[in-house]
Amino acid sequence: MIIKNKAVVSDDWTVLRLSENETPESVTVPAAKVIVPLKVWQAQRAKLQNRTELGVWLASNERPEELKGEVEKFDVIAVDFPKFADGRGYSIAYNLRARLGYVGELRAIGDVLRDQMFYMQRVGFDAFAPRPDKNIHDALKGLTDFSETYQTSLDQKLPLFRRVKRDGIATAG
Amino acid sequence: MYKYDVYDHQIVNERVAQYRDQVRRRLSDELTEDEFRPLRLQNGLYMQIHAYMLRIAVPYGMLSSTQMRMFAHIARKYDRGYGHFTTRQNLQFNWIKLEETPDLLADLATVEMHGIQTSGNCIRNITSDEYAGVAADEIIDPRPYAEILRQWSTFHPEFAYLPRKFKIAINGAIEDRAAIAVHDIGLSVIKNEQGEIGFRVLVGGGTARTPIIGSEIRDFLPWQHMLTYIESIMRVYNQYGRRDNMYKSRIKILVKAIGIEEFRRQVEADWADIKDGTGTLTVEELNRVAAYFTAPAYETLPANDPGVASYKTENKAFANWLRRNVKPHKIPGYAVVVLSLKKTGVAPGDASAEQMDVVADMADRFSFGELRATHKQNLVLADVKQSDLISLWKEAAEHGMASPNIGLLTDIICCPGADFCTLAFARSIPLSKMISERFDNIDFQHDIGEIELNMSGCVNACGHNHVGHIGVIGVDKKDGGEWYQVSVGGAQGNDAAIGKIIGPSFNFQQMPEVIDRLLQVYVRERLEEELFIDTVRRIGMAPFKEFVYATPIEAEESVDKSAYGFIDKPDNYTVQRKSRF
Repeated sequence: MIIKNKAVVSDDWTVLRLSENETPESVTVPAAKVIVPLKVWQAQRAKLQNRTELGVWLASNERPEELKGEVEKFDVIAVDFPKFADGRGYSIAYNLRARLGYVGELRAIGDVLRDQMFYMQRVGFDAFAPRPDKNIHDALKGLTDFSETYQTSLDQKLPLFRRVKRDGIATAG
Repeated sequence: MYKYDVYDHQIVNERVAQYRDQVRRRLSDELTEDEFRPLRLQNGLYMQIHAYMLRIAVPYGMLSSTQMRMFAHIARKYDRGYGHFTTRQNLQFNWIKLEETPDLLADLATVEMHGIQTSGNCIRNITSDEYAGVAADEIIDPRPYAEILRQWSTFHPEFAYLPRKFKIAINGAIEDRAAIAVHDIGLSVIKNEQGEIGFRVLVGGGTARTPIIGSEIRDFLPWQHMLTYIESIMRVYNQYGRRDNMYKSRIKILVKAIGIEEFRRQVEADWADIKDGTGTLTVEELNRVAAYFTAPAYETLPANDPGVASYKTENKAFANWLRRNVKPHKIPGYAVVVLSLKKTGVAPGDASAEQMDVVADMADRFSFGELRATHKQNLVLADVKQSDLISLWKEAAEHGMASPNIGLLTDIICCPGADFCTLAFARSIPLSKMISERFDNIDFQHDIGEIELNMSGCVNACGHNHVGHIGVIGVDKKDGGEWYQVSVGGAQGNDAAIGKIIGPSFNFQQMPEVIDRLLQVYVRERLEEELFIDTVRRIGMAPFKEFVYATPIEAEESVDKSAYGFIDKPDNYTVQRKSRF
């Protein structure tokens, strides 16, 4: 189960993570719907690029620009949060959407917890795989903590000051 | 000052609700302490030695009398009757119970306050000039920009989990009173030759383990681009700032590692994409916010009040106070008054609930209901009629807030130190007390003149020791005792400089004598009217070092530790250190 478009839905993608003795070149990519590490995609592009369904995931220290010009090839791009306090994934997501033009499913994987999901959704994530030991229905509540935001991000092209008429001192009473 | 509209209220109220549920989940163990820690930190809640500490944001130091009364209420209801003003213009309460924090924050929200982003690896409270709006040397009032930055940085989704904390300071006067050179980003509001308003932007300044003066990334950034340009700085830092070592994770380390030219190139490349985009500030928004910071209804008054002039000739204590604690105001007949929170025997920056109530009343009667907290841990009444100075002084003195020591030796900047803080290696509050007692004589202090003595209990340097004319810092030694390193020649402001360590460290009891010897060298060497810092600059560190270490330093007699009755220290004090934060 994952959260996608603000609902808990079933999910048949698997995330391929290399074990210590596997290399991007040699690892066998299963035939099923699989989200492969960026390095596996880069090492096995010739074999993988004709698949009808394929996903790729970025580690927090990898650059989204590595997928420049090929984001359309993927049904899902995931960004891994090794620790929820590692905030690089937020800028990776922003850049994938805003700079690389990715419009498909953008999934947060790894140490994904309820209290970070509001921010994740704002920078462009539309799918979340909460950590398996957490209640996914509880995590869903994290998407609705706030009903207003001040600044622009991926979800909101206009800052509050361009979006609404804010009271000034003359009308504040 | 700024007033919340319906959106500001809604966002803060939703934050209280979110936090209340987080506390519930922590108390029921749905959240582990590791998961909860960053959540509570981003609401200002630290776990300290004795209890939780809550840090409340005072945006750019501005406070209303209503907010000050709420502090008094909180001090009484949730704490032990006092609070502590910090070096970042915030207020801390030291004896907080986790279960009560949601109610406390709900109380605060009723007066448009919160603890949002006062801790954690996010953009912290924006700090500014404590004399903004009234300073005679002001070019542009920085507060509207500070408020716009406050809103922009509040819950910025991309920058809540940065490599490390991030501090922005903004100054709009000729003299820099916001220490912009030692901030992650320092902004000066300036006008260019065409009369257009913009910012000189510094990046990568800081203190702590790697004290460094910020580098100029832009000499003039038109004001409309403030938010998008800072967004690009943040994005580069968020991606490339180090995360493997918390002592090398501030933006200054990144800027130093790749150089300001390369850092600038990356920022400009990112910015090219969002420049002139929807994040660009509008005249309408600037005007809306600026309207909250217009001048109050000043009366037309004579430039100098005759009552004050005659009273100061007959009352020396009042004359001393006038000289040190009253600053010029841009409007004739008005003055800026600094209320000293540095009375000898009291922890620097501490205020009791009673004092808070008194200050709130004074603000209502004498200063249009507004107050400022300063980064030197005092309070300011910014718009006082000169004709009110005598009665204000009497009232302040009655409540222990008229020590005529602003800018003098006992106006010590001081972090909470090892009495409270889990990070500290050594105590700073009792040391400041011992030093204040030794040099309590006000005539002596006035003779020494302007000097900044800044003290921190550890390398994190919350007490701004690196930029003190004399800096004192608690250092980590294997024996577990309390040792202090001393530096001279640091400075804040336009001539910001990092002080130089004079030599091996001293123990707690030796410190007053060390300060005394430094002052002796100054008195011996100074030219007429020369300030301590200028003497240090002229003759260098060597004469100070030579004299301080020339003969062994006897330990000072033990201080009466019971003066801090709430902390019973054994005679052989050992520092308690627990896990970080």
